[in-house]
Amino acid sequence: MILIVLIAILLLGGILAAISARWSTYLPRWISLAAIAVDLVLAVRIWSGRSLSASIAWYDEVDWNWVPNFGIHFHLAVDGLSFLMLILTFFLGIIAVLCSWTEIREKIGFFHFNLMWVLAGIVSVFLAVDLFLFYFAWELMLIPMYFLIVIWGHERRVYAATKFFLFTQCSGLLMLIAILALYFIHHQSTGVYTFEYSELLGTTLTSGAELAIMLGFFVAFAVKLPVVPLHTWLPDAHTEAPTAGSVILAGLLLKTGGYGLLRFVIPLFPRAAHELTPVALALAVIGIIYGAVTAFSQTDLKRLVAYTSVSHLGFVLLGIFSWNPLALQGAIMTMICHGLSTGALFVLVGGLQERIHTRDLDRMGGLWTVVPRLSASALFFSLASLGLPGLGDFVGEFLVLLGSYKVSVALTVFATLGILVSTFYALRMVQRGFFGPNTNSWRLPDLTPREGCIMTVMILGLLWLGFYPQPVLNTFAPAMNNLQREFQIPAAALRRQP
Amino acid sequence: MNATDTLALFPLLLVAGTAVVVMLGIAMKRSHELTAGLTLTGLAASFLSVCAVAPLVPRQVTSLLLIDGYALFYLGLVIASAAAVAALSYRYFAKHDGQREELYLLLLLATLGCGVLVTSVHFASFLLGLEVLSISLYGMVAYFTGRRQALEAGIKYLILASASAAFLLFGIALIYAATGTLEFSSMRDLSLGGSSLALLMPGIALSVTGIGFKLGVVPFHLWTPDVYQGAPAPVAAFVATTSKTAVVALLLRYLEAGPQQSPAVFFLFSVIAVASMCAGNLLALRQNNVKRVLAYSSIAHFGYILVAFLAGTKLAAGAVAFYLVAYTVTILTAFGIVTVLSTSEGDADDLEDYRGLFWRRPVVASVFTAVLLSLAGIPATIGFVGKFYILASGANASAWPLIIVLVLTSVIGLFYYLRIVVTLFSAAPERQSSMQRLEWGSTFVLGGLAVLLIWFGVYPAPLLNLIRSAMGGL
Repeated sequence: MILIVLIAILLLGGILAAISARWSTYLPRWISLAAIAVDLVLAVRIWSGRSLSASIAWYDEVDWNWVPNFGIHFHLAVDGLSFLMLILTFFLGIIAVLCSWTEIREKIGFFHFNLMWVLAGIVSVFLAVDLFLFYFAWELMLIPMYFLIVIWGHERRVYAATKFFLFTQCSGLLMLIAILALYFIHHQSTGVYTFEYSELLGTTLTSGAELAIMLGFFVAFAVKLPVVPLHTWLPDAHTEAPTAGSVILAGLLLKTGGYGLLRFVIPLFPRAAHELTPVALALAVIGIIYGAVTAFSQTDLKRLVAYTSVSHLGFVLLGIFSWNPLALQGAIMTMICHGLSTGALFVLVGGLQERIHTRDLDRMGGLWTVVPRLSASALFFSLASLGLPGLGDFVGEFLVLLGSYKVSVALTVFATLGILVSTFYALRMVQRGFFGPNTNSWRLPDLTPREGCIMTVMILGLLWLGFYPQPVLNTFAPAMNNLQREFQIPAAALRRQP
Repeated sequence: MNATDTLALFPLLLVAGTAVVVMLGIAMKRSHELTAGLTLTGLAASFLSVCAVAPLVPRQVTSLLLIDGYALFYLGLVIASAAAVAALSYRYFAKHDGQREELYLLLLLATLGCGVLVTSVHFASFLLGLEVLSISLYGMVAYFTGRRQALEAGIKYLILASASAAFLLFGIALIYAATGTLEFSSMRDLSLGGSSLALLMPGIALSVTGIGFKLGVVPFHLWTPDVYQGAPAPVAAFVATTSKTAVVALLLRYLEAGPQQSPAVFFLFSVIAVASMCAGNLLALRQNNVKRVLAYSSIAHFGYILVAFLAGTKLAAGAVAFYLVAYTVTILTAFGIVTVLSTSEGDADDLEDYRGLFWRRPVVASVFTAVLLSLAGIPATIGFVGKFYILASGANASAWPLIIVLVLTSVIGLFYYLRIVVTLFSAAPERQSSMQRLEWGSTFVLGGLAVLLIWFGVYPAPLLNLIRSAMGGL
């Protein structure tokens, strides 16, 4: 039941926020903040109240008949993987509300309505274990996101939002076809019509069908993640979105792609996914290097941060397709830490834009003496982004590289080159943006207490994840053990190969 | 024909009777309120009688009409959509001077034609129903004789519909020459030799011309945008929903009886479906007129319906039925919004009329957004479940090429729907158009349709059950 409450609070909070904008401009903000905070508390309570017996796969679940004619259930469930994603969602949700506190001055009610509903969609994606429900939520979270970009975005918002929507919708429909194909094949072999994840897990597929269906899923997740040839929507959407939109896009929406790979592609189609391994690993490394190099040549600060996402998420793909526990732990760590570090960078860029009304690196410089606290935070998160040991991103990427080393030394070397390039772009960003003489004679306010709080929390979070990542890895462990079972099959297949 | 047969015909008789009463009423006293009231009462009674005769079916009433669950389902849909059109017309025509009452008469006759089409199992009743529908529509489309576009649309429709009816008649003649019967069902039982097949195939092709014209599928679609644009908004809604629903119902019945199994017919319809999906979505991209966008999108949507129907599995009849309900609800809402925003000077069909609508009239704009998302097939709207059903029946029949075309073209379609959505939510223009309050009639209709649009999108089980029980007859 509590899973439904989590979603309902967000949906109702959004409606309340929209209505309350009539009376006060601050009411919607407080209502949204309160609703997400309540959800965060409830989520932690699920975790503390979970049963640890190995026989129960889920911490908690809800299963209702929804459309019996098609065997569709309203089935939500939470395990370690979804729990981590939930916490990240609520955490970044709070950050998103806080960072738009002064940035959004128009249509405040409707803004918070969309913000809350996109969070509700994301939460449903992380919880759904009925494939129809999953697709439903997957598509539904796009619409509020689309509105966030198209109404409150920057100059080229319509172009960016439309591109974002078309990319995700097209790939989503391919996934829907794949889901339907799986559904009918399952019916042919068992006589049961069902979209239930746990039942579809054991479907026997011919290798051709398995590969085709797997690709349908893979494309949908690859667009979201993003994997390189399909990433072109990302820089536009991230750049044009308002700060809160960028935080949610980078911190959460991209993670739904990684989550989908972990939850669906690998468990449902282990053999086909393994056949894809060489391609996926190559794409991952290309993404890591391409993202980093492109980020290096950007002058728009927001676009720069957007391209670093392409690079970091390449590590997630590399980790997932390395087929071993170390790399997998690295992938999940990277997903979470990237949410924090990139989210924080977007908040900083948004704060800067509010102050100096530009995102152009060439027009910045000399900000360190003017806004020391903001600049120091930017330095901190740039260092996190380039993988400084002691911060969360390092742990993730290091584990991924350790794992992928066992699979392919050459690819690991190239991926490491990507980290090297990330040093260039991160340091260039700090040097061009914040160091140097104050030629523009800026006189700007430094971080407000509200922004200071956001930064402090995120800095502490990254330090914690960097020095003591064990709780995250422990939470992920049972889900990973399930995944490891899938590893056995390809491992056996590997051995058979000469 | 005995008493029970007459009872089973009651829904049709009530519509016909209402038409007579309305005609006499107009002759005695011209009153817009009274005429609209009578029309709505008659349609409501007819709708109730559809539910009431459900236990009597299936029943073959003469060799012309078959009243079964299938027919009753579509009869209900046709009558309900006609009633919604009547309710929308009331407000729309109240703003216009001149004689408004005859429109309801024509509307009732057109509905009767649709009713005959969905129950017909015989070429004679097919042609009668089609002509009753067409002739009423000529008058309805060109109802504003003072508007140039309306006249253009009316004449265009008249000429093209007459031509297509002639093709249809010729086709029927050829089929009769080949089979010696006018009943759909007897086509199935015939084992035909080569010479009669040579007559039958052209006959079927020509009859498809007549049906394709009414559906507005490529290559018979040329009238659609002009008629949608020129006709008064409620009439365009009728053309788009009620008349097309009736023809699809007939097409299913007709093809179920035989010709669909032939590979040539399958190929013919595949080509029509693919061409409609591509042309409809591509041509809509550059339109700036909302009614024309809806016209092109309807071409595409009937392409989608043909996909389900080509799949030809058990799921197909249900998928088509569900999609038609979804399409009817969505398009009626769309035209309902055009209707309530229209003024006596002209219909609100320019995209600029909708700029920033959300900030002026949030509720109307939200409903319109839901309509557009439903047309695009986004979840939580009825259009999504319809599309899902069509994809499911296609996947079940492994019709992958058609499904891929459907998916790709519907992504193109998304582009122009999003364009309208962007317009709705963009900054409001300086010039503020006068705010009209909605009166209760159209509020009720629009509200009801919007609730259905979301309700069946989120919880389609009741509608699916209804369709399943009704389609048992097919």
